[in-house]
Amino acid sequence: MGSDEPETQPRQAIHDSTAPSTDTRDSRIGEGVDDRFNSKLREAFGASPFILTKFDEFMNWVRGNSMFMLQFGIACCSIEMIHTYAIKHDVDRYGAGVPRASPRQADVMIVPGTIVSKFGPRMKRVYDQMPEPKFVVGMGSCTISGGPFQEGYNVVKGAEEIIPIDIHVPGCPPRPEALIYGILKLQERIQNGESSPVVVKPYELEEFGDLPEDELVQKLADEIDEDDLVMRYNWADSP
Amino acid sequence: MSTGLEETSDAETVDVTEAELEALIGDRALARDEHENAPGFVVNPDEVQSVLGDLKDEAGYDHLSCVTAQQYEDRYESIYHLKKYDDASDEVSIVVPTTRDDPVSESAEPVFRTADWHEREAYDLVGIEYADHPDLRRILLPETWQGHPLSDDYDQDKPQLVTLAEHENPLADDHHDAESDTMFLNVGPHHPATHGVLHVKTVLDGETIVDVDPDIGYLHRCEEQMCQQGTYRHQIMPYPDRWDYVSSGLLNEWAYARAIEDLADIEVPEYAQVIRTMGAELCRIASHMLALGTFALDVYGEFTAIFQYTFRDREVVQDILEDLTGQRMMFNYFRVGGVAWDLPEPREEFFEQTRDFLDELPAKVAEYNDMVTSNEIFQTRCIDTGVLEPDVAKDYGCTGPVARGSGVDYDLRRDDPYGYYEHLDWDVVTRDGCDNYARVLCRMEEVEESAKIIEQCLDLLEEWPEDDREVQANVPRTLKPDAGSEIYRAVEAAKGELGIYIRSDGTDKPGRFKIRSPCFSNLQALPEMTEGEYIPDLVASLGSLDIVLGEVDR
Repeated sequence: MGSDEPETQPRQAIHDSTAPSTDTRDSRIGEGVDDRFNSKLREAFGASPFILTKFDEFMNWVRGNSMFMLQFGIACCSIEMIHTYAIKHDVDRYGAGVPRASPRQADVMIVPGTIVSKFGPRMKRVYDQMPEPKFVVGMGSCTISGGPFQEGYNVVKGAEEIIPIDIHVPGCPPRPEALIYGILKLQERIQNGESSPVVVKPYELEEFGDLPEDELVQKLADEIDEDDLVMRYNWADSP
Repeated sequence: MSTGLEETSDAETVDVTEAELEALIGDRALARDEHENAPGFVVNPDEVQSVLGDLKDEAGYDHLSCVTAQQYEDRYESIYHLKKYDDASDEVSIVVPTTRDDPVSESAEPVFRTADWHEREAYDLVGIEYADHPDLRRILLPETWQGHPLSDDYDQDKPQLVTLAEHENPLADDHHDAESDTMFLNVGPHHPATHGVLHVKTVLDGETIVDVDPDIGYLHRCEEQMCQQGTYRHQIMPYPDRWDYVSSGLLNEWAYARAIEDLADIEVPEYAQVIRTMGAELCRIASHMLALGTFALDVYGEFTAIFQYTFRDREVVQDILEDLTGQRMMFNYFRVGGVAWDLPEPREEFFEQTRDFLDELPAKVAEYNDMVTSNEIFQTRCIDTGVLEPDVAKDYGCTGPVARGSGVDYDLRRDDPYGYYEHLDWDVVTRDGCDNYARVLCRMEEVEESAKIIEQCLDLLEEWPEDDREVQANVPRTLKPDAGSEIYRAVEAAKGELGIYIRSDGTDKPGRFKIRSPCFSNLQALPEMTEGEYIPDLVASLGSLDIVLGEVDR
């Protein structure tokens, strides 16, 4: 900072002074004529109206601040998720408020509830339909471990068995404030360029004909078409 | 099994009907079975239709409330819980035992349409087969599931295969039936209009719906298994919150509390009953607000005004309930024999906050009527669409606003009194429209009635003597109801009759815990309401049924 210069003196570069620079504007529209277009950004840029940044960093910044959520209601948590979208909590303030009904338009999927065997393949399909890069927020205890229903014969022990999850928000259900915190954490990660973790996914969709022959497959051979997609749940191996 | 009813509170009325019932069923009754508040008759598996038909036509038991299936060491058992729409406290149970080797029982579907889904569920989870059933296949679990999970020889670690065949392109050639020129269309399970994870298989002829088949089970979280694994005293109570999760938590908790309190003979202090009544009605308001908001979203894509307004009001209710119970949604506030704690201190603040909400409510309801129910587009979408005639509604076991919107005057708060309702001044709302519009109006008016109830409860609570504020009865640490005692008890939840059947096996955990969900029965009537109408009416009808998939699938 040039301490001997008066604070109001126009400066030529973005460093050395915080005072507004008016050189560019003055040369364009005449001195002291009209300051209607004199935005803070232009003042900050001064005579050199460029930001030097890497393109991928810029893209990450954009991505983090404009997240399209998938409208994806499963169970109890979806009610709190709706409250997060609605007034009072209003997650739109953070640039993440517009729920998209189609997975093809969405960047972020909030998984709000218990995943059961019948819904597992559907969730996998919806996740696969989202364009890259995609991010997942797991909302509530059920998406972490199956939550209160973990011992159920039909309950998948956490959504991470099927799709990779970036942020887990614990709670049953988490308060809207907690979900907002989770979304902000996700934004922070995206802005830092951290991508989805790669996890081993035990449950994958496969064509029935590709499954190794065993008792169960033989038993169902008459009922299921060879080309049909199936998900095989090995409950004994689940955590 | 035993003979006759040992204990009855008002012996005279029960005796009269019981003698008549005995005469009516006659030789077909193999034995008597003891149920806490309903006379039970054991009948042969091949006489189900004739017995139920006689009870329906000649004794007036026109409401098949629930079908419970269970497995004993030596037999399977289906229990048909019958009630009357005119008198809900008049109950009878028909018990149908079948052998373990050949569990085939006659279907009740020709007598009561609602038995269709209930028996499919019994087949799916327990493994009883029903002869003459029109469509006996799995309902909650995937069709390729191996074994029946609530039977005692089920191995939970066995691998399972689930198919994804429905996800093929609905417009592909194999879905296009060239002869009749109809089109097959999947709605859901991930679809904004299905209020969760419901899958509706529809067949369209142009824009007209030819066939509708709701496919449920995408949120079957084994609630009955969870409750059978928990102890009566504390471990079951958190689960009811998660059946109907649209903030109806306290109403659901009451269903369990009422069943276990009647089973174990626990007297709840009056002060606790008043708090329960107030909390339950707050929950009803929250639930109906969500029903209105999402319905507006369904019928005219209203995400900006009505939806946000209703959620604004829900937030206020949830704040009050949070002050009372400590949680926004999963309250876990009721205890066996009372509630967890007294009103929050300072009480004046709580009363003031609640009264402020009630004072503002009439203006808000008027605003909703301005914006929603008097809106011309809304009326065009709702009046005379999704028509559900009263007879059909009764046949399907519909309850709650769905039945009352069809003119069926049935409300358990009045007909089978519990809590503090009988001492309060309020009315049951019914509408004769039978259409989507009538159901919405019914909910709106119920919000006003609930406000009246809360107001009276607040007056009572404010003036309640300071030395009589007992919130819990003295309940033993471990509850062990007598082995073999059975009870079916229901309360009026936001969506209708929410019933619980409990059979005790003498331990501190239930031998069988069956949930009778109102949404399950209401949703079953969807094909009746929509077939022959246009596809947008399907969305409106689904919205006006106000189903919650957590409760449909359990």
